[in-house]
Amino acid sequence: MNLVLEPESKIAAPRMAPIQMNDIQTESKISVRDFDFFYGPLQVLHGISLEIPAQKVTALIGPSGCGKSTFIRSINRMNDIITDARASGTITIDGKDVYGGDTDVVELRRKVGMVFQKSNPFPKSIYDNVAYGLRIGGMRNKRQMDEIIERSLTRAALWHEVKDRLHASALALSGGQQQRLCIARALAVDPEILLMDEPASALDPIATSKIEELIYELKDNYTIVIVTHNMQQAARVSDRTAFFMLGKLIEYADTNAIFMNPREKMTEDYVTGRFG
Amino acid sequence: MRRSSDDRKFRLGTGAFAAVVLLIVVGIGFELTRQSMLSITKFGLKFWTTSTWDPVSGDFGALPFIWGTLYSAILALLLATPIALGIAIFISELSPRMLRQPLAYLTDLLAAIPSIVYGLWGVFVMVPFVRKLEVATPDALKQFPLFKGPPLGVGMLAAALILAVMVIPFSSSVAREILKNVPSTQREAAYALGATRWEAIKVAIGFGKSGIIGAVMLGFGRALGETIAVTMVIGNSPQVTASLFKPQYTMAAVIANEFTEAADELYLHALIEIGLLLFIITVGVNMISRLLIWSMKRRVVAPIVVPVIEEATA
Amino acid sequence: MTANLRRRKLFSRLFEILCGLAVVIALIPLAMILFYVIKEGAGALNWDFFTRMPKPVGETGGGMANAIVGTLILIGIAALFAVPIGGICGVHLAEYPSTKFSSVVRFAADVLNGVPSIVVGIFAYGLVVLPVKRFSAIAGGVALGFLMIPIVVRTTEELLRLVPGGLREGALALGATRGRAVFGVIVPAALPGILTGILVALARVAGETAPLLFTALNNRFWSTSLTQPIASLTVQVYTYAQSPYDDWHRQAWAGAFLLVMIILTLSIAARLAVRRLERMNRP
Repeated sequence: MNLVLEPESKIAAPRMAPIQMNDIQTESKISVRDFDFFYGPLQVLHGISLEIPAQKVTALIGPSGCGKSTFIRSINRMNDIITDARASGTITIDGKDVYGGDTDVVELRRKVGMVFQKSNPFPKSIYDNVAYGLRIGGMRNKRQMDEIIERSLTRAALWHEVKDRLHASALALSGGQQQRLCIARALAVDPEILLMDEPASALDPIATSKIEELIYELKDNYTIVIVTHNMQQAARVSDRTAFFMLGKLIEYADTNAIFMNPREKMTEDYVTGRFG
Repeated sequence: MRRSSDDRKFRLGTGAFAAVVLLIVVGIGFELTRQSMLSITKFGLKFWTTSTWDPVSGDFGALPFIWGTLYSAILALLLATPIALGIAIFISELSPRMLRQPLAYLTDLLAAIPSIVYGLWGVFVMVPFVRKLEVATPDALKQFPLFKGPPLGVGMLAAALILAVMVIPFSSSVAREILKNVPSTQREAAYALGATRWEAIKVAIGFGKSGIIGAVMLGFGRALGETIAVTMVIGNSPQVTASLFKPQYTMAAVIANEFTEAADELYLHALIEIGLLLFIITVGVNMISRLLIWSMKRRVVAPIVVPVIEEATA
Repeated sequence: MTANLRRRKLFSRLFEILCGLAVVIALIPLAMILFYVIKEGAGALNWDFFTRMPKPVGETGGGMANAIVGTLILIGIAALFAVPIGGICGVHLAEYPSTKFSSVVRFAADVLNGVPSIVVGIFAYGLVVLPVKRFSAIAGGVALGFLMIPIVVRTTEELLRLVPGGLREGALALGATRGRAVFGVIVPAALPGILTGILVALARVAGETAPLLFTALNNRFWSTSLTQPIASLTVQVYTYAQSPYDDWHRQAWAGAFLLVMIILTLSIAARLAVRRLERMNRP
């Protein structure tokens, strides 16, 4: 398929339905149709449409500024906090419109957890960090909390390292540990979806590989969408990959296909490192 | 070689002026002590614990003034702090962007009004109002020590109210700065976990806790040292009482009123000794407050977490 | 929506409203004070106020001419005293920002900022009044100067730090001594802002009363002598306010109005100037 590069270097997005090579049986956990996003007058996302399958890892890749972070934040409506931000189109989770009138944002964010690029633990104890979501949700039963906290820290592969010092400050942990703590914190409120915005970009290679292992283990129980600028990471960790460029979705396919056999030239140029 | 001797001259020259500032502060403490020696040596610690203030017989005890100062300042703090924090939160977290500057400017305007103008307004507007309040107090309440006393209008209540208004802008503007310096990632983390707006604000406050306490203490220091507005509405009667209605006296007020009347040296020294205590207390409170604020700012600018370049908002 | 969620959202709304209420509560006294000052004071301002002297006790009429001039003289002395000391101190702190000495001085300036003005008055009394056994305008000016110093130090340091470092390097590279480079190039570059800061500091000390009570005292008569007690707007208003005479009360309001007007004008001018400077300094 030929791409026409317009004079101002605007990329013409392929006007076709997102490619789904196999897994027709896999339900879409998250369904996106013609999603646009604006910061004031500036449009940063153009007509994004894709289906994100349940209990798989979907990676979003693309050069800086291509809109992948904005997109992922639209899923749990973190962009609502920004003034002058506007969205149109639909994002549905399990069939329910995220931007619909009867969707409660607070409830949505419990169901869709998020981990950030820079780990941001609260200046409290490890225990209190993980317990935060539970406490604001009204949980008072200490035994129940203890159980959930242990389970979350175990799932985040942090339990054994911290089980003897749950009441130590979270800030005393290393960068990689703090990020796993943030993952545990997000897991504690029992989300169905985990959004991860470049979760390992600020970590050293060892900590990074620990996070990647973790993601691999977590996908059995959670639907994971991960933004990453590290293509090798996307190739290692994800089942499906979406390539974004200048706010448009260029190609979306099984990870293998994207990296070995991309259909679009732009995709091929990006994954072979010709730019980006 | 020439370069470095120029440099040295410059450094020493400007440093001398800087040293003057240092000397002034040290000088104040020194001079105050020197000028209160007579009183210090005559009364010793008793000065702080006795209530007689008798210039005629030369017997001085500063307890009522200490009481008045602390009581009025603490009351002012109780009234002012929630409002100051509310303003800080509103301006930095809740208000639409356009309103921020004007609102901040308006609250800062409160700080620019001179003490004498507050006092004038206090005497002619607030005191009559407080008198009406006092008269209207139900007799049932008047039994309690807190409300015992003649409804004069002037008294602890009027002083506390006026001090509260004067203190609000100080605490508020510092608290606003603190909240601005809390990294937005903290609030984001809370929102992502399903927090309501207020819960996310609580997280920000928790992060800036020590700085906010510092802001409150700054207001406290301000209230301790305020002179003119207080002396115009507090009644200037030295007594130690919990009553809000009874006229009382503060350290700053007694100095202002009696300094030029002090006929003999001992009297003067007693007054200056009060000034010395005021100096020590306010400097202490200020130092603690600045320490808290400084330690908070340091946590943000050089966080232990993975560093990300954040815009320094000094 | 669960009951718990509903409650949390309600609470959130409630606290947001309370914060807005706090703003309103704080603005009420501001509005009231300005209202009364304008209402009582503007009406009482007349030509006499600016040109006449205070009348003897009990007689109506007269003005505050001596007090107005007195305040101007006092803040003039304060500036003369505080600007060189505070300014050059600020220069030192800006040029050597990270030395231990600078940290100590900076801390001392902050401490001085928090010292109650009446205590500073006592200090000036001991320094200037006691040795010559006489109250004087100089003593009052010095007391006000002490109060000004921390503000001048902080403003000067901040503004000098904003000047791009390339300026200093350029001057030094051309063979200037450190002193020449700083005072000849950098300070002039920051001068508009520094002057604004000085104006703000002047506005602040013009409103001070307590430190003047036993340094400059007050003076019923016309006096511009530096070695005699001198009248000032603030002390005059203070005296009049505590008197039982209605006419004096009226004049006290007029004096308060004048004070507020001066301070407001200076503060607005300073704000505008600062904003213009910020816009100039950001590329």
